[in-house]
Amino acid sequence: MVDGTGGGETITMSTHESAVHAADAHAAPQGFIRKWVFSLDHKVIGLQYFFLALAAVFVGMFLSLLMRIHLIWPTAVLPFFGEIKPETYLSLLTMHGTIMVFFVLTTAPQGGFGNYFLPIQIGAPDMAFPVLNMLSFWTTFLGFIVLLAAFFVTGGAPLHGWTGYAPLSALRSVPGEELGADLWITSIAIFCIGALMGALNFITTTLDMRAKGMSMMRMPLTVWSWFITAILGLLAFGVLLSAGILLLMDRNLGTSFFVPLVTLNGQVTGHKGGSPLLWQHLFWFFGHPEVYIAILPAMGLCSQLLSVFSRKPIFGYKAMVYAMLSIGFLGFMVWGHHMFMSGMSPYSAFAFSILTMGIGVPSAIKTFNWLGTIWRGRIRFTSPMLFAIGFVSLFVTGGISGPFLAQPVLDIYLHETYFVIAHFHLIMGVASIFGIFAATYYWFPKMFGKMMNETLAKLHFWLTFIGAYAIFMPMHYYGMAAGLRRYSQSTEVAYILKLLPLQRFITYAAFITIASQFIFLFNLFWSMAKGKKAADNPWEATTLEWITATPPPHDNFGGLTPVVHNGPYEYSVPGAPKDFVMQTDPEIEPAH
Amino acid sequence: MGLVLLVVIWLITLISTYFFIAKTWWLPAGASAAAAGIDHHFTVSFILMGTVFVAAQLALGYLVWSYRDRGSASTKASYSHGNTNLEIVWTLLTTVLFVGMNLMSSSIWASERFRAAEANAVHVEVTGVQFQWYFRYPGPDGKFGLTKPELEDAPNGNGLGIDSHDPAATDDVVSGIMVVPVNREIEVILRSHDVIHSFFVPQMRFKQDAVPGLAIHMHFTPIETGEFEIACAELCGLGHYKMHGILKVVSQEEFDKWLTAREAEKQ
Repeated sequence: MVDGTGGGETITMSTHESAVHAADAHAAPQGFIRKWVFSLDHKVIGLQYFFLALAAVFVGMFLSLLMRIHLIWPTAVLPFFGEIKPETYLSLLTMHGTIMVFFVLTTAPQGGFGNYFLPIQIGAPDMAFPVLNMLSFWTTFLGFIVLLAAFFVTGGAPLHGWTGYAPLSALRSVPGEELGADLWITSIAIFCIGALMGALNFITTTLDMRAKGMSMMRMPLTVWSWFITAILGLLAFGVLLSAGILLLMDRNLGTSFFVPLVTLNGQVTGHKGGSPLLWQHLFWFFGHPEVYIAILPAMGLCSQLLSVFSRKPIFGYKAMVYAMLSIGFLGFMVWGHHMFMSGMSPYSAFAFSILTMGIGVPSAIKTFNWLGTIWRGRIRFTSPMLFAIGFVSLFVTGGISGPFLAQPVLDIYLHETYFVIAHFHLIMGVASIFGIFAATYYWFPKMFGKMMNETLAKLHFWLTFIGAYAIFMPMHYYGMAAGLRRYSQSTEVAYILKLLPLQRFITYAAFITIASQFIFLFNLFWSMAKGKKAADNPWEATTLEWITATPPPHDNFGGLTPVVHNGPYEYSVPGAPKDFVMQTDPEIEPAH
Repeated sequence: MGLVLLVVIWLITLISTYFFIAKTWWLPAGASAAAAGIDHHFTVSFILMGTVFVAAQLALGYLVWSYRDRGSASTKASYSHGNTNLEIVWTLLTTVLFVGMNLMSSSIWASERFRAAEANAVHVEVTGVQFQWYFRYPGPDGKFGLTKPELEDAPNGNGLGIDSHDPAATDDVVSGIMVVPVNREIEVILRSHDVIHSFFVPQMRFKQDAVPGLAIHMHFTPIETGEFEIACAELCGLGHYKMHGILKVVSQEEFDKWLTAREAEKQ
């Protein structure tokens, strides 16, 4: 693999002991551009990803606010978009979904926190391939700009939804599917390239750059989750990239991969022989692992936080690792559960269903272990801990609706209703975002050298936790009453119109929840400037990021090489002087 | 803080569960032969998963309150890395639960989707075109006439592109509403001309995508008369929300009368 940093290569080549030379090998850059813009430092790149995701999440949230307003006040004139037409509404939901899934849920937990903390937590001076790392960020950034450009071109942003089902997405002549749709596909393809580069880097770094004594089974669960996520990314994004290129060819070069003989407004389109289901297979082969790409880092982090703030070792470390591995593995064999109603063979639905139910097993194991971790602990209710507890609650709630959708018989009724929206928003959206919030409150002191304001953080937690339930729980009811998703108006179908009061309640809840995110935004920037100075290990945690300075020096450990003697979760060890034993402390008696 | 968490988590759980039990917003009454079985499995799933949901949330609330740091009054956290026997127990329990639920429902799925419609089923071809549904009946000959994309001409009443030179086409009846007899199996042949649509009638517990390039055969048996709304359940473009139709279930006599009248109109 081309490295391109010259000296950086010696680190990767010379394995674990030689990180001593890190400081000379990878000298800190001086100029602003090399330090903050085209930086090779994984920490700066991590922050760049973090701020990209922060910008993206506010755009995505703003779009959802417009949708919520339109659903209950259809004639309201809104900022930027004026009066919302049905096609504008569909553009909003397409862009909301795409921005949130790719540029928030994939970008922040992995690109952001993974980049910043994976090398530090395994005792490495940087990622294995710093130049590739920089490239992967700027590629992702370009993808975001291309996506946003779709709003400003003739015809506007596409209306085919974040899943981009063909032939709707494959025909240029569909109203609302003009240049914006090409930009949408291009953006996703660019994103895939960035994600593939990132995945390679994460995998190599984890396998090759661990400090002496950092065996795989001593890695923090966060590292495991980023590692497994990277493997999923490597296998999934390549498929989406290829599918995107084929779709682009269908749109622009007259091929027919996804389009059979179709007419549009009575006019023959010139396509023939393609398969709309092929797109769905390719998309969901990526799309289902993507759910785990979004949620696994949050699982890893919340496991970590429950242990840190319960002052107790993680319950069933190995079970947690195996559960994440099985989730990752099974995650590639269940994509067909999105397609029970698609016309796919009903026999394959049976196989996809039972495999999907199988994923419930490792998910349940994780939940039991989380409860086991806080059981007989001594819980400190810091803001990261509150978000981790909130995560567990939301993960259970979002997970429990899974077995309904995983059974084809029930999916006949529930497919494409708000029940689905409730399910995946809770588990993939809100639970993952709780992971991101927990990570921000937990690692902010290390990243910025300041503490965040705890009072504001707790206020943010309560409003968001209750708000998220108030938004998404009623969507289950809406779906149970057959309320369909992707409807810009509920006026045309009588049984959907009757559900309008639920939509009103959801919109009011969304107002409050969205408003409370500005508490977070304010706290974030205010604390950077005015926060209390943070100690090196403010949470009394054991992993390697807490042995180094705050914020960490350019080579992470100031020329030193950490040597690891203990597992990541040694809390309340009998006979130890403090209630936590650092991973670099002398080895304790083998744990029972 | 522990107590507040307990109260909030418990309240959210109980309020959420209340609306499921009270069925404030619920499935409309079933009107097809399959509905009872499906609804029964809904109930079973709700009881099983609802129990898990309530138990997990109540336990979470209780544990965070019970094991809060009480300062000097607190005992030290227990030093334990877990318990393999417990892991095995809950792995087995959840496997039995999830696989069991799946097996319970699979016979219904099989009867809905593995077997073809009965020989005496009423055939209706349902075609989705942005943004409306066409319903075609084969007429007395029992055969659908040929359709050709280049013949599609909605303004002149041939939205389906039926080839009038085909003898089988002459007696085909095309309707804007779907009329079917009660207590007869209906074989639906789903097609689409442009993009993917989905044919959904909640009361029939029936949904199936209509995919261009495919003719998907499905069946259901209405057991109640009345008018039911058909909504499109797959994003099909800007008019998706108004792609709406009516399924009218009538007695066999009424159906025969209706169909004969429509056939007569054609002559």
